[in-house]
Amino acid sequence: MSNLNQKTAVPKAAFYNRAEVRSVVFQFLVFVALAYFFYTIYNNTLTNMQARGIRTGFGFMSQPAGFDILLSLIPFEATDSYGRTFFVGLLNTLLVSVISIIFATLLGFLVGVSRLSNNWLVAKVATVFVETFRNIPLLLQIFFWYFAVLATLPGVRQSINFADSIFVNVRGLSVPRIVWESGASFVFYAFLAAIAGAFFLSRWARKRQEATGQPFPAFWAGLGLLIGLPLLVFLVLGMPASVEVPKLQGFGFKGGMTLIPELVALTVALSVYTASFIAEAVRAGVQSVSHGQVEAAAALGLPNAKVLRFVTIPQALRVIVPPLNSQYQNLIKNSSLAMAIGYPDLVAVFMGSTLNQVGQAVEIVFLTMLVYLLINLILSMFMNWYNAKIKLVER
Amino acid sequence: MYKLKECIIKISTVCLLIAFSSFAIADTLDDVKKAGMLKCGVSTGLAGFSQKDEEGNWSGLDVDVCRGVAAAVLGDASKVSYKPLTAKERFTALQSGEIDILSRNTTWTHTRDTSLGLNFAGVVYYDGAGFMVNKNLGVDSALKLDGAAACIQAGTSTELAIADYFRENNMKYKVVTFETSDQTRSGFESGRCDFLVSDQSQLYSLRIGLKDPAGAVVLPEVISKEPLGPVVRQGDDKWFNIVKWVVNASIEGEFQGVTSANVDEMAKSGKPGQKRLVGAEGDLGEKLGLDADWAAKVIKQVGNYSESFERNVGMDSPLKISRGLNAQWNKGGILYSPAMR
Repeated sequence: MSNLNQKTAVPKAAFYNRAEVRSVVFQFLVFVALAYFFYTIYNNTLTNMQARGIRTGFGFMSQPAGFDILLSLIPFEATDSYGRTFFVGLLNTLLVSVISIIFATLLGFLVGVSRLSNNWLVAKVATVFVETFRNIPLLLQIFFWYFAVLATLPGVRQSINFADSIFVNVRGLSVPRIVWESGASFVFYAFLAAIAGAFFLSRWARKRQEATGQPFPAFWAGLGLLIGLPLLVFLVLGMPASVEVPKLQGFGFKGGMTLIPELVALTVALSVYTASFIAEAVRAGVQSVSHGQVEAAAALGLPNAKVLRFVTIPQALRVIVPPLNSQYQNLIKNSSLAMAIGYPDLVAVFMGSTLNQVGQAVEIVFLTMLVYLLINLILSMFMNWYNAKIKLVER
Repeated sequence: MYKLKECIIKISTVCLLIAFSSFAIADTLDDVKKAGMLKCGVSTGLAGFSQKDEEGNWSGLDVDVCRGVAAAVLGDASKVSYKPLTAKERFTALQSGEIDILSRNTTWTHTRDTSLGLNFAGVVYYDGAGFMVNKNLGVDSALKLDGAAACIQAGTSTELAIADYFRENNMKYKVVTFETSDQTRSGFESGRCDFLVSDQSQLYSLRIGLKDPAGAVVLPEVISKEPLGPVVRQGDDKWFNIVKWVVNASIEGEFQGVTSANVDEMAKSGKPGQKRLVGAEGDLGEKLGLDADWAAKVIKQVGNYSESFERNVGMDSPLKISRGLNAQWNKGGILYSPAMR
């Protein structure tokens, strides 16, 4: 006791020896050093490029691009600006990423759960799937789907024909397009209303169950609402839509919609490759739920589907979501391999054609890297929020 | 095959190099002499222009420019180290000093000449973008290609030429842009596109690589100017002059009738123009900072323009391209060396 009292009586250390002061000073010094470092890089680059007669700055973004792009979600012509090529590429990257993330997640969950199946055949097929696609380099898989599978489809004139309205050939999949006529917007509003209705229905059902214990088939009712209401409005309005069937005309198919093989190959390759990793994360997650939990649920008399939905999955998710986040980010970054098969993503369009026409590598590479960083940070924020939401709540 | 990671690493290294290298007045001639080796940027493989054989020897019209410069500067045409570059990497490699000269079927355009800190040192091949179509489409003119799909290589000036051409003629097309010219060929072969657009010289070399070369035809239309030539960094006029005049010496060699076979005799018994070219008279070499017989070395070791052309892309090669625009000005072409005096 007396020792302790003596310690508190020791006079205060000199201010430069105090931990708080030191930490602030050193952090400040590191910050200044870092800032100077980056300023030097920036300044040196600019000075050197100017001295070498290399054009700098982002002035080129408003100049006309002069080249065309295979696929664009926003209207694009060769007379549009380089800045617009950036957005065309960015949207194409997001398009292939979003589609692939959806497919990879569905497929990954399916395969991951299948690996745990009691059915020998199902479990083995899932294992072979994972071990095959996880262990082959992604670039080779992209080449495989594009050059070995899709490129062997028949030519335009020899298209595989389904009922004279769906055509498959080496240029892609041509399907009929629905052309909306006047009044069709009400169908869309009806759909929005159905979404809102389904949302409130599920909330009401949950509250009722919590209060009375009575279950309500909210899923099926909601699904019926989502399909039924727009359909009803559509019929009442006298079907304000027509179908435009693709027709072989000149060099290719006119009308309808065409799904290009570059997008298909890239989506398939990215989905399958990432799904094999997600499957393993899902398997780990499901196995992390203690067996006693499942047995307890079964002892309560819950059917298998409900055990999975209310006991296993909620507890497995907290293990699955963090690796899932990494896989999604990998997928987005891997989508830049698109350039290998001519899919016009951000890297192919902006860091490819635009960079080479303009020649300003420093600006364009920097901007491209920044965009990937931003996309992944935003995704990461969302996934972390979701992870926090599904965290095990201790009661 | 194209490797993305490698490309990104390369480009970032280049950025860092630019960022950290302090700017000094460059003397490429000095650097090359000190190293005893010329660093030459070429294509990743294009028949007739720059390609590597099984033993690792490079040959082609573009390669001959580098060999000529090495002969003039170092006295030995074989003292060249080749750096294969994709279309995207080429200018950055030159800007950062990774190579001394870029000789990679590169089109001389206003934008490239004025905004990249580079200089074009002449033209070694007058080219133009053209079309290759499948024979059984029955198309005999590019004007009948409305609505067709095109295979094209990313980052080329052809990418701009074709957009202009279809806009001019109020036609529509779909463009499938690939990374390498090999991929444009496989896209064309699989039927992904109806026609392939590229510089005409490349079309011939791509056609040879098809499974059925006779099944494809090159259309007569030439839709753009594509003068191909070597490129050097801006700000080193001495080096710029050397490359420019090595190209001219080879053209003038053909014009004067100086060949690799008779170049030694010319020094003794040639006409005044021939003597001046091979360095037996005058001081053309000294003014470039080179030996008096600089041009003689170029012609002796590499040959004059005609020898180089026929060997690589002309009648002595599988490409069998006729001289066309690339004939001397007095023989129906536009090849013309400024005066050697």
